[in-house]
Amino acid sequence: MSFWIVNTLNGLSLAMVLFVLSAGLTLVFGLMQIINMAHGSFYLLGGYIALSVIQASGSFLAGLVTACVAVMLLGAGIQRLMLQRLHKQELPQSLLTLGLLFIIADVAFWLWGGNAQLVPKPAVLEGAMTILGVGYPVYRVAIIGMGLFVAVLLWLLLERTRVGALVRAGMDDEEMVRAMGINIPLIFTGMFAFGAGLAALGGVLGGPLLGMFPGADFEVALLAFVVVTVGGLGSVRGAFLGSLLVGLVDNFGAAWFPQFSLFTVIVPMVIVLAIRPTGLAGRA
Amino acid sequence: MDPIRMARASGRGEGLLRPMPVAGGAILVMVVLAVVAFLPAYQTELVTQMLIYAIFAMSLDLLVGYTGLPSLGHSAYFGLAAYATALLALKLALPFWLAAALGLACAVIGAFLFNLLALRTARAYYLMITLALSQVLWSLVVSWTDVTGGDNGLPGIARPVLGIRLDGAGVWLVFVALVFAVSTLVMWTLVRSPFGYALRGIRENEERMKALGYNVWRYKLLVSMVAAFFAGVAGILFLSLNSFVGPQALSIALSAQVLLMVLVGAAGTLFGSIFGAVAFVLLQNVVSSWTERWLFVVGAVYVLFALFAPAGALVWVRERLRSSRGRSR
Repeated sequence: MSFWIVNTLNGLSLAMVLFVLSAGLTLVFGLMQIINMAHGSFYLLGGYIALSVIQASGSFLAGLVTACVAVMLLGAGIQRLMLQRLHKQELPQSLLTLGLLFIIADVAFWLWGGNAQLVPKPAVLEGAMTILGVGYPVYRVAIIGMGLFVAVLLWLLLERTRVGALVRAGMDDEEMVRAMGINIPLIFTGMFAFGAGLAALGGVLGGPLLGMFPGADFEVALLAFVVVTVGGLGSVRGAFLGSLLVGLVDNFGAAWFPQFSLFTVIVPMVIVLAIRPTGLAGRA
Repeated sequence: MDPIRMARASGRGEGLLRPMPVAGGAILVMVVLAVVAFLPAYQTELVTQMLIYAIFAMSLDLLVGYTGLPSLGHSAYFGLAAYATALLALKLALPFWLAAALGLACAVIGAFLFNLLALRTARAYYLMITLALSQVLWSLVVSWTDVTGGDNGLPGIARPVLGIRLDGAGVWLVFVALVFAVSTLVMWTLVRSPFGYALRGIRENEERMKALGYNVWRYKLLVSMVAAFFAGVAGILFLSLNSFVGPQALSIALSAQVLLMVLVGAAGTLFGSIFGAVAFVLLQNVVSSWTERWLFVVGAVYVLFALFAPAGALVWVRERLRSSRGRSR
């Protein structure tokens, strides 16, 4: 019994980190058709910046806020100065974001070195609690809560605010939104920055669990790609479903078939795509 | 249509490539002879690497540039052929040429199976699913340690014998150059055949091609298998160059690298892929001998290309030539 509880909770906490990360990727794609290869780099930067700020200030919250704001600014700059010039040109966009992936990976390696480092947990969330008679780390439970919180917040933002309505309109018919005199380039920049911020948040939340190391950007971006492909590109609901599937399968897969770790994640994805090529919640 | 797309649509594949296969062959022969005669073994191997990557990049260009299928999993066929060949040669002790032929068959069959799935999708989805499928192979190879050696890979595959032993760096380069020449000629002929024009039609307007009665799906499947074949050729040459194959041969990093070669050179021109491959090997080796920050430099080059020559170096050069000619008139 404790096997099921622990692995389900582990799976859920991983799923929530993945959700926060993938939500940014899928929103940016849904609005701008950009597959951001450097999305994992934003995750890595978020984790590393938080790490340094926490080490300097001792405050997890300060680290979280600094990391998200810094990466959002970086994202806004990248979108304004670079990606905006390549609107709707998929191949140059891939070239650009792959280039950024290399650059950020190298800068991160230069600044933070090659060793794996765990982002410190907030002091309040240290220790363990008892769930259904099983001892379990508080921090992981907090992550599950945090992920659900972000999910609700995103839903409210997209479905219940004017900005959200504009974003949804932009996803459906960009030309029409433009014609109505709405400043869509501003929405694009904002959304790209927001997506980058979500990736950074994923890095800060996931940092204490997964650690930050050279190559973490690639590793986690791959899982995020699996998530959004399973869920359907452009759909936040899909990203949520996909994250749950990938998080749980990854954990139980690792428990049952330890030598086939990544394989167990990708096979369900291939099956989903064989049945529904646009993903669980994707539009045709 | 935006001007870049128009420029690409109107002139892609022609223009700079017209300097006939004969001239290209002559240049190749001279370069190879000069390298073999004057350069030490290390540089000779670099040139060999360039030619191998060039075959690999051209094969991807058939998909990305000519058919409009943005694959980010092309290393699957490169690695599949290399691993199959190595396993057959090592575990079953098959002669190299037989193992290589079966390895190529594996790559083509792999492409057939993968594309049954991948071709259900298009554009961004195609990119994602090709990436994921190649990752299936990668993770299989990394985890199935008993057979594939896991992260350690498979060392100890001797270079083949072809009348004489192809052991020395110089002899090996001559052999690779021959394979390169034949591969280039075959692909060059292919993109100039009615089949090649149908591929370009699919890239420009898939719906219209369907309406014209083309079985688009079959064309895509076929070109995927051709591309996998040549990716496999490159993979096997690479295996023999290093007498080794490891999981890197199936990695996303390699898929991304080869995609970057195609894009930097100019997608939709085979010659651009050759340029991209040469530039990549040069850049990697020259910059890494200057500075430890070579990843940064390489990344910056890609960013600059994306911003200032988004259609690739060749198209950029052609546009400059055209506009300077326009001014002088």
